[in-house]
Amino acid sequence: MNIPKELLYTRDHEWVQETGDRVRIGITDFAQDALGDIVFINLPEEGDGVRMGESFADVESVKAVSDIYSPVSGRVAAVNADLLDSPEQINADPYGAWMIEVADITDRGELLDAAAYEKLCGEEG
Amino acid sequence: MERKTPLYDRHISAGGKLVPFGGYLLPVQYGAGIIAEHMAVRERAGLFDVSHMGEVLIEGPDALANLNRLMTNDFTNLRDGGVRYSLMCNEQGGAVDDLIVYRHGPEQYMVVVNASNRGKDVAWMKAHLQGEATLTDISDIVALLALQGPHAADILRALADPGALPKKAFTFVEELEVGGIPCIVSKTGYTGSDGYELYTDANQAVALWDALLAAGAPQGLIPCGLGARDTLRLEAGMPLYGHELGEDITPLEAGLGFAVKLDKPDFIGRQALLERGEPQRLRAGLRVVGRGIVREQAPVFLEGEPVGITTSGTHCPYVGEALAMALLDRRACAVGQALEAEVRGRRIAVEVVKLPFYQKPGK
Repeated sequence: MNIPKELLYTRDHEWVQETGDRVRIGITDFAQDALGDIVFINLPEEGDGVRMGESFADVESVKAVSDIYSPVSGRVAAVNADLLDSPEQINADPYGAWMIEVADITDRGELLDAAAYEKLCGEEG
Repeated sequence: MERKTPLYDRHISAGGKLVPFGGYLLPVQYGAGIIAEHMAVRERAGLFDVSHMGEVLIEGPDALANLNRLMTNDFTNLRDGGVRYSLMCNEQGGAVDDLIVYRHGPEQYMVVVNASNRGKDVAWMKAHLQGEATLTDISDIVALLALQGPHAADILRALADPGALPKKAFTFVEELEVGGIPCIVSKTGYTGSDGYELYTDANQAVALWDALLAAGAPQGLIPCGLGARDTLRLEAGMPLYGHELGEDITPLEAGLGFAVKLDKPDFIGRQALLERGEPQRLRAGLRVVGRGIVREQAPVFLEGEPVGITTSGTHCPYVGEALAMALLDRRACAVGQALEAEVRGRRIAVEVVKLPFYQKPGK
């Protein structure tokens, strides 16, 4: 299970990368492995608001649909539109396949560091 | 508590993700993933453990008469070594189960039923058995492996007398050694690709599994789980009990009239099917035109009016499209009809397409 040290994590298996005053959000290796082959993703549009703890996207694998939750409140500043055409990138490279970038952050939830997240995965695995 | 098939340890060591299904712990997928497993069956070969299926022997001088009364299909002209698909209906014409019947001899038949219906089916058949016929549930001592895909025949030829393999679809060979292991080998399957199903003693299952995987490795054979089994049968437009079929869904609604012989003197459910007449709803194939995946239980609309509900659906890897099956009002079933399916509060454009979604080359 790949858990990069430099990222932060949610209990719902999203990863968060802080870049200046923005954050990038994607789903972890654990999450993509649990979902299986991903075949579709629904993403918000630039300018949409996201709210901490609420779903901003859904990801469909062959098996099931899963909501992706935002760990922050703010405004969608960028969307990785490549994923709309090739959602399988999320399986192949979960930490490269960022979903959205959020700016104007007004609220943020508790995030885990890599060690704490690894422990969580061990408990759920 | 779920039971284990004889291949449980093999599933674990092969990296299978085990889930409860039909009372058993079975792999939904292995390491390769559902798409790779699905593609292996369409292009090369896949091996499935389907030992959870139920096998029931119906034997005796009145075995045939009982089958013809219990089932919607007609077995009168089924020959030794023949296999026939059928429905078993309740008095209202709903489906108790769908199943296949093997004729071992004029007084000996084997009925293969869905795992999740095994207890119900055995009780139903026992309750309706008449005359000189016995019923024996042999599910627990029988293992069933499905070897499916265009290379399945080559793989079997390496392990068994090539001349002895069943040649025609829906036939079987009673006793054939595969890798030295006695099997019933039938040219049947639930994937829409060519292939075989191999019945053997439960205690031989591991040896047969290992022999097949070893012989098939050069041909690209990989183990496949329930996930691929489901996407393959969906792509091939095959019904799954509990989805396209149920106690409240008739075989005629499910588009399975080919297996319902209303001209037989009688069978359980016949009267109800005749009285109900032309079904007012039918099983239809849907292709997702808009963005998204439509799964089961999505309401379907025609110009805003509800016309039915989906029964199965996902992304089908070989066809490469999101597809679904649905039970729809007749008026909404014409091929090309534009409809909408509601998924998580969102309406997605779909259109009716012909079933099956996939047909193997040459058909």
